[in-house]
Amino acid sequence: MTATAGNLVIKGSTTVLPISQLAVEAYMKAHPDVNISLSGGGSSNGIKAIIDGSTDIANASRFIKDKEVALANEKGVYPVPFAVAYDSIIPVVHPSNNLTAMTLAQLKDVYMGKITNFKELGGPDLKIVTCSRDTSSGTYETWEKKVMKKERVTPRAQMMASNGAIVQAVSNNKHAIGYIGIGYLNDSIKPLKVDGVEGTKESTLNGTFPISRPLFMFTNGWPKGDTLNFVNYMLHPEKGQKHVGKSGYVPLY
Amino acid sequence: MAALLVSKITEKSRSGIRAAETYTEELTMSKSDQALDDANVAYDKRRKLKQRIIFALFRGAAAVNGFALLVIIYFMVANGWRAISWEFLTQPPMESMTKGGILPCIVGTLCLSLGAIIAAMPIGIASAIYLNEYARPGKMVRLIRLGINNLAGVPSVVFGLFGLAFFVVILKMGVSIAAGALTLGAMSLPVIIGTTEEALKSVPDTYREASLGLGATKWQTIWRVVLPSALPGILTGAILGISRAAGETAPIMFTGAVFFTPRLPTSIFNEVMALPYHIYVLATAGTEIEKTRHLQYGTALVLIALVLGMNLVAILWRTRLRKRLK
Amino acid sequence: MANRRQTTEKAMRAMFFVITTASIAILFLIMFFLFKEGLPIFKTVSVKDFIFGKYWYPTSDPADFGIFPLIVASVAVTVVSGAISVPLGVMTAIYLSEIAKPKVGEIVKPVVELLAALPSVVIGFFGMVLVAPFLQQVFGIPTGLNLFNASLMLAFMSIPTICSISEDAIHSVPNALREASAALGATQLQTIVRVVVPASLSGISTAVILGLSRAVGETMVVLMVAGGAAMLPGSLFDPVRPMPASIAAEMAEAPVGGEHYYALFATGIVLFVFTLLFNIVADFIAHRYAQVGDATL
Repeated sequence: MTATAGNLVIKGSTTVLPISQLAVEAYMKAHPDVNISLSGGGSSNGIKAIIDGSTDIANASRFIKDKEVALANEKGVYPVPFAVAYDSIIPVVHPSNNLTAMTLAQLKDVYMGKITNFKELGGPDLKIVTCSRDTSSGTYETWEKKVMKKERVTPRAQMMASNGAIVQAVSNNKHAIGYIGIGYLNDSIKPLKVDGVEGTKESTLNGTFPISRPLFMFTNGWPKGDTLNFVNYMLHPEKGQKHVGKSGYVPLY
Repeated sequence: MAALLVSKITEKSRSGIRAAETYTEELTMSKSDQALDDANVAYDKRRKLKQRIIFALFRGAAAVNGFALLVIIYFMVANGWRAISWEFLTQPPMESMTKGGILPCIVGTLCLSLGAIIAAMPIGIASAIYLNEYARPGKMVRLIRLGINNLAGVPSVVFGLFGLAFFVVILKMGVSIAAGALTLGAMSLPVIIGTTEEALKSVPDTYREASLGLGATKWQTIWRVVLPSALPGILTGAILGISRAAGETAPIMFTGAVFFTPRLPTSIFNEVMALPYHIYVLATAGTEIEKTRHLQYGTALVLIALVLGMNLVAILWRTRLRKRLK
Repeated sequence: MANRRQTTEKAMRAMFFVITTASIAILFLIMFFLFKEGLPIFKTVSVKDFIFGKYWYPTSDPADFGIFPLIVASVAVTVVSGAISVPLGVMTAIYLSEIAKPKVGEIVKPVVELLAALPSVVIGFFGMVLVAPFLQQVFGIPTGLNLFNASLMLAFMSIPTICSISEDAIHSVPNALREASAALGATQLQTIVRVVVPASLSGISTAVILGLSRAVGETMVVLMVAGGAAMLPGSLFDPVRPMPASIAAEMAEAPVGGEHYYALFATGIVLFVFTLLFNIVADFIAHRYAQVGDATL
């Protein structure tokens, strides 16, 4: 359960999962005496777990909230953030869709349920099925903040448990539109430009792609022992950061 | 007086006979005789035909079940068998669970379901013994049975909530084999009570009477006579219980199973991976859902083989037991 | 000696009784924890707004905790699945106990039991990867993950319950009734429709209620197949988000002790009350209208 020697627990955002998974596997191969268990659960739960001491590292796809900082201090926990990668959230459609770009305002209207047919956007005459992430995911939170801007996603939107589920739904459905982390892009879906900017590593790092964010790992205080080793491994340009690139996210350097 | 009575009776019977005679005459003289027969035959044919059509419908309804089972199993086998190999069964998942095997899931599921049955068996068997051997019908027994029936009806996800609030948070077990197994145990309790009771009921009363007649106490009778003869039935129930627990997902989602922990558990307070949760995770939350499709089918196939295998053994065993008892 | 034996005997009896109350104890613990963790939400939302509120935005700021769409979704999938499972389940039961030759019955019965044993996650998986694309193509609908698909999968989960309990009920109809009916010249079908089914109606009703209760509470299938949109369905092919799906999908990500966590437990209370009512009604019917030999007709 909690930190014992040679036993690391990592919890939190499903967005950070692919990166940490590759890193964990490689790290455990290099350090056979260390056992790491990894679970999702979302950013909120990861941070919650760091506060109540049930995890060593909390993955988060957003920064810690003031409320959470206060709660942590109350319990004598001091969360330390490490930015480990950047992520961009890319709107995607079925490959057969002839749409190539949308504006932030159009995305907002689609997700509010104001635009219900791709025709209104210059696309094919198809009813739009909006795919959204579960409300407790970090991806949803970022989407809400950067695209919806205080408006709500329509209740007609299908709520999916993960980025992978959205990829799957959109790749099988001409009607669908979804949004996913850049790490999940593949040939079965078609990414859309947002406000004329293509979501790439470059546009993420130089800050021009409008829907992007850093990904974090939080530790309780400055890490020690295995936790420190793992965090250092994660930040190492030749080790952890390589896995970041491999899993399709944007490395820090 | 008597003579009068006799004459009255004879009079009556005579009139009866006369009536019968006229009736027969009327019948034999009836011209519509043949037509009536025809009508009868036609009516009979019609209702036989109706019966045949409707029975075919019934047969069809029964066949739909078999068809559904076959279709599901067919697709799992057809798409999954290629994924099954020695490596698949003996390796941990690798490269973000897009390669490698499912050993930790198999071990985790075995730990969880065995743990559940170890927790539930003693309580379940004792409850069944009380209900079947000791209890006299009354309000109390009615209440207990109502409780058991309602426990059986509690949705699996509610068991998950209960396990989360009680075992994980209050008893501070954390997400662990212990918490998951106890949650599953609470859920399989009604199944175990039910099957054990059935096993106890199948022990003929003459056994009990013979034992009591020899001066044994009730407990001695139960321990030495009733339980040994009911044992195969009870074990069948245990197998069914394990298989039920092994296939459940919702109760362990928040109590025992995690997304990824490649090492095998070393203590009951470790988190584990589990087959059903692994299928759910790969199918909905994996990194590359389409690419891991064969792994999903493979895992589903292993789970089905495990669960249906145990069930089949239990069902066949039970049929044999029932036959022997008859 | 005899005294000691009697004391042991009494002790054993008492011990067994205490253990037997464990089931009730667990049931009460479940209720206790549901209420303990669920009631705090009503400090933020009124009961009325919770149950009849039309919007479920548990993580927005400010949040909306209205589970009406979830309740409607649960009711909808249950009703639609019942429309499929009740006729199929009852007809299979009648077929098994009245029509089928014993040899055929010996094959069909285990098949139904195996259907019951299929893990729900496998049925959900099946519905998700095979049935959904199929429905989408055949009906040309925007999404195959919808109310109808979920109901179809749920139906196959409740058929075994409905079938096996109905079969027990039909089986316990005394043979004298069937023979009497046959002797009066009724065909087998007439006997089934006019005599056997009415005589076992209470058992069949119990079976139907328990089957529906299973459909209300089933989680994995609706989580994977129902589509997950928290809205009031307008058609059979709209995606929905039944209560168990919402709990299962969100609980893992709702921080313990937060409003969202409380709201999900409160949803659990509603779900629990639903199934409890179903079960109590079933129990009531089973006892009130118990089949006592020939006296039921």
